[in-house]
Amino acid sequence: MRHLIDIMDLSVGEINDMIERAKDIIENPADYCEKCKGRKLATLFFEPSTRTRLSFEAAMYELGGNVLGFSEAQSSSAAKGESVADTIRTVGAYADIIAMRHPKEGAPVVAAAKSTVPVINAGDGGHNHPTQTLTDLLTISREKGRLNSMTVGLCGDLKFGRTVHSLIAAMSRYENVKFVLISPEELKIPEYLKQEILIKNNMTFVETGDLESAMPQLDILYMTRVQRERFFNEQDYLRLKDSYILTPDKLENAKADLSILHPLPRVNEISVAVDDDPRARYFEQVRNGKFIRMALILKLLEEAEQREEQ
Amino acid sequence: MIIGKIENGLVLDHIRAGYGMKLYEILGLDKLDCQVALIKNADSVKYERKDIIKIDRMIDINIDAIGFVDPNITVNYIEGGKLAKRTHIDMPEEIEGFVRCKNPRCITTVEQELPHRFRLTDREKGVYRCVYCESKLEVK
Repeated sequence: MRHLIDIMDLSVGEINDMIERAKDIIENPADYCEKCKGRKLATLFFEPSTRTRLSFEAAMYELGGNVLGFSEAQSSSAAKGESVADTIRTVGAYADIIAMRHPKEGAPVVAAAKSTVPVINAGDGGHNHPTQTLTDLLTISREKGRLNSMTVGLCGDLKFGRTVHSLIAAMSRYENVKFVLISPEELKIPEYLKQEILIKNNMTFVETGDLESAMPQLDILYMTRVQRERFFNEQDYLRLKDSYILTPDKLENAKADLSILHPLPRVNEISVAVDDDPRARYFEQVRNGKFIRMALILKLLEEAEQREEQ
Repeated sequence: MIIGKIENGLVLDHIRAGYGMKLYEILGLDKLDCQVALIKNADSVKYERKDIIKIDRMIDINIDAIGFVDPNITVNYIEGGKLAKRTHIDMPEEIEGFVRCKNPRCITTVEQELPHRFRLTDREKGVYRCVYCESKLEVK
């Protein structure tokens, strides 16, 4: 059974195909409105989420399918102590595909090992969030018309930010991509990611604490939130949370065709005054999330069907 | 320092200095009721210093655990006071059951029955990562 646990489970070719399919869905929505008729998606959210859960549900509805599930662990048998493996086996009896978010890292690996239907990791703690990365890649592809030959600035929490880690890993497979890693000293990208992805793949990257001086060279600026839930120490969170706040004046030296992205939710790291700037693309990014999830659901269901036929 | 010869048993030699106690713990040698000698910082031509463990009984030993702690260890099987076999160890691709994931956010911290499994992700540097959360496993 094919699952999506980590963005690196997908080849570059598969990602490119899904991006093309998502673009086709945007262009021709009527062609897809009954593709999943009679199929059910289970959204198992052991941790709260707005965008990811709703975009999965909207994606399935737009494909003509149905949705069942829960939006917090308290309303599931997990509250009674049921294991992930047992929950997954139970849900597999009712649904054709599962999107799961869990606060513990590696929970989707456990789920996939026991599931009889495809499992999509919709986020496991601070670990992986592959559908956000697919969303980011579709957005960059739509904005720039390519995924190679560009300078990508990643700003904020690069230490705990799972979306940042996955995006770096995914974009390291495209040619001539340069990364500018902008963060306070305490939230720099982990050493193992630097060694095992950036250095191993001979990527060009610079680390800096200065957003404004990095700005003029960027084609993409990927802002992130400093996440309270990733800190064990509240004092550290309070000290670091306002490290970078993007305001219109900081964009004065930016390229005219810069695209500003953010996985959302934001707190205050992008001033609302930036929202009206045509370079602010984070709400378009949200829309793209639904389309790439439609492409992903279709891909996994089609592969599961092919396997059944064999 | 003189440690007596053994008749039937095992000698784990060429243990990286400082790792003998860790290996002793991982292999559960404290549970044996036979004589076990742990020699720390012995002279070594090859490594200058090394640790050695002598076990005065032929036991089933977890080769994967030895390969994980230090693949340069040699396992000498002694029978009738003589060397019967010498085994060189390789780093196992996967290990399970004798070390635990230390990441407090890992799924293994809440699901007690899950086996703690790790996969070799960098042979050159001897890096093992949890198969669930991908946290790096530290030997020491």
